[in-house]
Amino acid sequence: MSVFGFLVRNRGEVLQLTAEHLELVAIAMVLATLIGIPLGIVVTRKAALRRWVMGAANIIQTVPSLALFGFLIPVPLIGGIGSRSAIVALTLYALLPILRNTYTGIMNVDRAVIEVARGMGMTNRQILWQVEIPLSLAVILAGVRVATVISIGVATIAAAIGAGGLGTYIFRGVAMVDNEVILAGAIPAAVLAVLADVSLGWAERRLAVR
Amino acid sequence: MIEFRSVSYRLNGGRVLLADLNLQVRLGETLILLGRSGSGKTTTLKLINRLLEPSEGEVLVEGRATTAWDPIRLRRRIGYVIQEVGLFPHFTVERNVGLVPALEGWPLERIRARAREMLRLVDLDPEQFASRRPHELSGGQRQRVGVARALAADPPLLLMDEPFGALDPVTRAEMQRQFIQLREQLNKTIVFVTHDVREALLLGTRIALLSDGRLVGVYPPREFLSAPEPEVKTFVASMRDGGGA
Repeated sequence: MSVFGFLVRNRGEVLQLTAEHLELVAIAMVLATLIGIPLGIVVTRKAALRRWVMGAANIIQTVPSLALFGFLIPVPLIGGIGSRSAIVALTLYALLPILRNTYTGIMNVDRAVIEVARGMGMTNRQILWQVEIPLSLAVILAGVRVATVISIGVATIAAAIGAGGLGTYIFRGVAMVDNEVILAGAIPAAVLAVLADVSLGWAERRLAVR
Repeated sequence: MIEFRSVSYRLNGGRVLLADLNLQVRLGETLILLGRSGSGKTTTLKLINRLLEPSEGEVLVEGRATTAWDPIRLRRRIGYVIQEVGLFPHFTVERNVGLVPALEGWPLERIRARAREMLRLVDLDPEQFASRRPHELSGGQRQRVGVARALAADPPLLLMDEPFGALDPVTRAEMQRQFIQLREQLNKTIVFVTHDVREALLLGTRIALLSDGRLVGVYPPREFLSAPEPEVKTFVASMRDGGGA
């Protein structure tokens, strides 16, 4: 296929766009993890907050991704044209899977284990760090994995608001009605998604507790 | 050692799980809480280590109301064993057994030594078992580790909630024998929940029978068989019919 010829000929630009793409996803994932996991833990403790937080995350997830990027352009501070808006949008998208898996992971820890932990005089903090988090780590990480794979796909749309990344080729290819150029963006993005899925899946299995 | 003074426990919805319980547990005895499912045995047990707090009345442990104790300090003075065992699946056997000493901040070497000593006490070879994970043990072995864990910090008081309930009859009989031996060595005050009359008669120094959240009576095992209360008779009959296990 001539796509590969295209990729080889333009390898400098391909690497550049791939790096941009990865940077967008990596920053967004770090932010989403830093927000999503603690928030997921908080909602296991505060039932009143759960409806609001989960509801908000669900609503964000239903906004079409192209629209979400667009909405952010006029927003001051976090918005505008370029990578900042893209990172915010990707972070918001990644939040739900991480939040939901953190919540379910912790809620599904065997009640008998928690009961005994409490009965033996562990404080809530000790139960969280020594029991609940270790036992739900694989589930939490599965959330991070799903969020990462989704983000790598969604990040192609970032090119629409001038944030760069592999979407640049896709939009260019669409404009030129040239499948080869579209694929030059789509194939590397798909490869990245598969690599992320496999490596995070491997880490997840390492952490799973029988 | 433990005293229940007019203790009632009600759920938020108002359902009464325990009504006006007056009961004393004496130093060094094994008090059995016997009753059917839903009679309030486990509730009674959880009121002792303040996993639950009384709706009315008070529970005194070593002369002080549980609500006046720091719950963490109170619970670390009380060993707790439940039917589901609740071993931490991500900890080795040794770390499970050494849990409370570790929480209490013992030095590492002393925790290890203590964990191994406890494993030997419950007849598990530390060389063979210390580094295993709970899922690599049989039900009986898991239950032994649970007992070793409860004893590790040498608590004066032990709460056991149907600890042998999930075991097959042969293993259970073995655990009961070992329980009696262990008790002679250790001199603990034990509160033991069961619905099995034979187990109650075998292990108890006294038997407190609960029915529908009320205390029917407290009997030494020998008097239990001839006690006149209908609920006692039902239990004794269930044993004679070959049930009750």
